[in-house]
Amino acid sequence: MADPIGIEIRGLYKIFGADPAAVLPLAREGMSKTELNERFRAVLGLRDINLTMAPGRIQVIMGLSGSGKSTLIRHINRLIEPTAGEVLVGGEDVVKMSPEALRQFRRRQTAMVFQKFALLPNRTVMENAVYGLEVQGVPPAERVERALAWVERVGLKGYETRYPNQLSGGMQQRVGLARALTNDAPILLMDEAFSALDPLIRVDMQSVLLDLQKDIRKTVVFITHDLDEALRLGDNIAILRDGEIIQAGTSQDIVLRPADAYIENFVREVNRGRVIRADAAMEPVPAADLPADAIAGDASLEEAGRLMARRAVDRLVVTDPSGRPAGVLRMARVLAAMTDRGESQEA
Amino acid sequence: MDWLTRFPQMDDARLRDLKKAIDDGFRAFTRAYGDTIEGLFEPLRIFLIQAERFMTQTPWIVVFLLITGICWLASRSWRITAGSAVTLLLIGYFGMWDDTMKTIAMIFVCTVISIALGIPLGVAMARWGRVRAAVNPVLDVMQTMPSFVYLIPVVMLLGIGRVPGLLAVVIYAMPPIIRLTDLGIRLVDRDMLEAADAFGSSSWQKLRKVQLPLALPTIMAGINQTIMMALAMVVIASMIGVQGLGQPVLRAISNQYFTLGMFNGFAIVGIAIIFDRVSQAFGRRLQKHSEVVHG
Repeated sequence: MADPIGIEIRGLYKIFGADPAAVLPLAREGMSKTELNERFRAVLGLRDINLTMAPGRIQVIMGLSGSGKSTLIRHINRLIEPTAGEVLVGGEDVVKMSPEALRQFRRRQTAMVFQKFALLPNRTVMENAVYGLEVQGVPPAERVERALAWVERVGLKGYETRYPNQLSGGMQQRVGLARALTNDAPILLMDEAFSALDPLIRVDMQSVLLDLQKDIRKTVVFITHDLDEALRLGDNIAILRDGEIIQAGTSQDIVLRPADAYIENFVREVNRGRVIRADAAMEPVPAADLPADAIAGDASLEEAGRLMARRAVDRLVVTDPSGRPAGVLRMARVLAAMTDRGESQEA
Repeated sequence: MDWLTRFPQMDDARLRDLKKAIDDGFRAFTRAYGDTIEGLFEPLRIFLIQAERFMTQTPWIVVFLLITGICWLASRSWRITAGSAVTLLLIGYFGMWDDTMKTIAMIFVCTVISIALGIPLGVAMARWGRVRAAVNPVLDVMQTMPSFVYLIPVVMLLGIGRVPGLLAVVIYAMPPIIRLTDLGIRLVDRDMLEAADAFGSSSWQKLRKVQLPLALPTIMAGINQTIMMALAMVVIASMIGVQGLGQPVLRAISNQYFTLGMFNGFAIVGIAIIFDRVSQAFGRRLQKHSEVVHG
């Protein structure tokens, strides 16, 4: 399997309209989206996007409809041409690639999963899964051999000869996932991949993805409008509004330190116990009287609370990655952090 | 105030001269290039004669089994196959076997030519707006211009015979396959094309693996229409020397032979129904993946 590669987006602008280049300087100077639209009939898709996506991690891009998130992900494999900016994948600028180089890049480096699945209805599950390899010109026997493992891995064993419309939505998206994974590309682009699924199936598919990611370690770019999904999947999250990134960070950063009222509003209903880590709520290690039970620093408060309840204690030692005590977590702090609604920032 | 009551038309002498000049010009063109153009169509003539010879000189039982076999392979329906067999046997029993075979050969050749020219043209129209803008009015003319009108220059150029008849039929029958190929390809879901792009398909791969397969139902409808329209032209084509079921109909019209006309008319209807049912059943079979829907 290929080594994971990072993605770096620098100064990316996308303006839709008759003459984007003419409007670009105005957008750079900060003219508002509404004004650009009213005065120049230009729609500002993305403004000055700068984002570094770490190799082998899940980067979630979250935003409501119209925020430009689907536009942004399409710049990574250049399904949409940017008006200005750079998209560096493994150090190479996708924006500057020739058509042939771009085709090779899409074949080898990226694979994409779509909101509406976009499976070919006239092909069976297996025939859909091998599409990427077919386009690459891999011989038929090898295609099937390579696809088979992924088809089984996503739970489609026994369905290889079915057609997409014989499958439920969840199963269809498994086919979409198998098709993308079969490509064996280091970058996986998922455009609202689970948004069309029922809530239960969606959670199920999230588990499938997280489970897979432990083995495949791809650079996953995941688009969603659902904050719970973003917090569950994302190693890092970028929040997009009106074509601009308004906050980027880990899920805990976003929940604990929302950049503005818009995000604060978003995170108010979040289950904070699942997002905040034990080491974010701990206090310094006391000189004496260390609790007997310990928990890892990257465990969630919910897990810490569960452990306290099970052991009937009200204090835990929080350990750092090397296993040494890094602090102490009190039950009161756990409760305070979990029930805090963002009105009062903790010290 | 003469111009108010009578349309101010071109004066008669000048109009006559104009028509004469065009006629003379075309006649001169015919004299100069007629043979060359006839030569260009020679392969078509040979194709047509071969098809006709095969259909009429092979023992009838072989042809019968062949057609019935094709019906079965295409439709996989006993009903359609048995219906086709009975129709063919009746046609033969009523003495129209040879003429029917000639007509089928003609329709076969016309359909092959229409598909071979029409699908690439339809693809080009779907891809380039300019091609569509240029071809659409031509198609309108092909479909609405009375066939007798374009038969005149064709006959002047190529004389009476099979090839001019073939051209007349193809001109009339080709528009549906062109239009429906264009439509079918343009109707392909944009999401599919985006997915194909995202996986790095070249435009040729996109056409072959995504656009054509997904447009196939529409294209099949076009082929079906083309066959039906070719059959409708059989009688007109017989006026310029195309052999087959049209000839006896023509004779029946000029001599008021009621029964002869009816028999041959029904034979045309019979093979039209066979072609229609079989090609539609074939089209549906290609779409079998869309039949079983998840509940």
